Amino acid sequence: MLPGLCRFHGLVSRALVPLAGRQVELKLLGCSANVQRARYATPATGGLYEINLDRRKLKTPGGKLFTVPNEALAIAVATEWDAQKDTLKFYTMHLTTLCNTALDNPTQRDKDQIISAALKFLETDTVCYRVEEPPGLVELQKNEWDPVLEWIEKRYNVVIGSSYSIMGPQIPEETKDSFRQHLKSYNVWSLIGLEYVISQLKSVVLSLGLIDRHLTVEQAVLLSRLEEEYQIQHWGNVEWAHDYDMYELRARTAAGTLFVYLSSESATVKKKILQD
Amino acid sequence: MAGVRALGVYRGVLKELRNLQGSEYTQSMAYTHLREQFRSNQVTGERYCRAKKEALHTCQVYLCLLETTRLHMNLHQLYHGRGERGPEEVAQLVGLQMPTQPGGKGWEE
Repeated sequence: MLPGLCRFHGLVSRALVPLAGRQVELKLLGCSANVQRARYATPATGGLYEINLDRRKLKTPGGKLFTVPNEALAIAVATEWDAQKDTLKFYTMHLTTLCNTALDNPTQRDKDQIISAALKFLETDTVCYRVEEPPGLVELQKNEWDPVLEWIEKRYNVVIGSSYSIMGPQIPEETKDSFRQHLKSYNVWSLIGLEYVISQLKSVVLSLGLIDRHLTVEQAVLLSRLEEEYQIQHWGNVEWAHDYDMYELRARTAAGTLFVYLSSESATVKKKILQD
Repeated sequence: MAGVRALGVYRGVLKELRNLQGSEYTQSMAYTHLREQFRSNQVTGERYCRAKKEALHTCQVYLCLLETTRLHMNLHQLYHGRGERGPEEVAQLVGLQMPTQPGGKGWEE
C-alpha cells in the first residue's frame, strides 16, 4: 500500500510541476542514421505552407494540421526541427511553440482580448519604474531608459511618464486608446507574437521599440535587464545563472520578434524593365 | 557601412546553419531562401532604403535567435544537463550503501 501511495504521489507531484518548469524531451521516433531526414516546408493548398517530417505531416498539439501563411516562417520552423538531434527538445523550438499557440488558440482568445492582455503590461512597464538609490543605477536608468521613452512618446504621440513610487505611472486613457487603435491594425498571429515578446521583456515600450525596428534584440534585452546588469557589474557574473537567463530571454525575444515580422509582412517583387 | 554589416550578418547565419546541419547545409531550404533574400535586396539597397534595412534587421534577429539557442543549449548541457543522482550515488556520497534484501522486495518483479 505504501509503495502504491509513493508512486501515486510521484505521479501527482510530477503533474503539478508547471509545464514551464519541466524540460520535456522526447525520443526522436524511429529514425535510423542512414535514413534521409527530410524536414521541409511544402506549399499546400490555399497558399499555406506545411511541414513534412520524413513523409509525415506535422500536426499541432491540438491535432490540427500545421499550416503557416508565410514561407520564410515555415522554413525557419523546418530548420528548428532539423536542429534536433537524438532527442526533441521542445524548449528550444520557440517558433514552433508560437505557431502552435497561434493555430490552436487554446485559451480561445479573440483579437480584443489579446490586445487588452498586452496593454495591461503598460501599467507595470519596466521602463517606467525608477529607483531613487543607488545613484549609479539612477544615472543608468536615466541615460538608457529616457531616450526610449522619448522616442515612443514622439512616435505614437502619447504620454507615458516615469514614476518613483511603488504604484507606478498613471497612464491616461488616451494613451491606451491610441495604442489599442495601433495594435488593431495587426493580424492575430502578429498579436500573439507581440504579446509573447511583451510578457518576456515585461515592457510594452521596449517591445514596440523592437517591432518598429528602433532597437535590436540585444539592446532590448539589455534595457529590460538593466538593474540586473548593473548588479552584475558590481558583484560579478555567474555564468550558470546570469548568462543562462540572458540567452534564454534573448532566444525567446528573438523568436517572438521574428514571428511578428514574418506574420505581418508581405513582400512583392516589382521588376523594372530597363528601357533602352 | 550597411554593406559591411550585411556581410557580417550573412556570414553569421551561414555559420549557424552549418553548425546545425553539417556539411550539406547548402542543400537546405533555409540556405536557398537566405541567399535569394540577400541577392534580391542588394539592388534596392543601393540608396539608403528602408526596405533593405528591414530585411537586414530581420536577418539580424534570426541570427540572434540561432546563436542564442545554441549558446543556451551549451550552457544547459554544461551546467544543468546532469539530472538527478540515483539513490545508490546519493548513499555513496555520505559513505553508506543501499540496503539489499535477498529475494527482492515484496512489490518488485
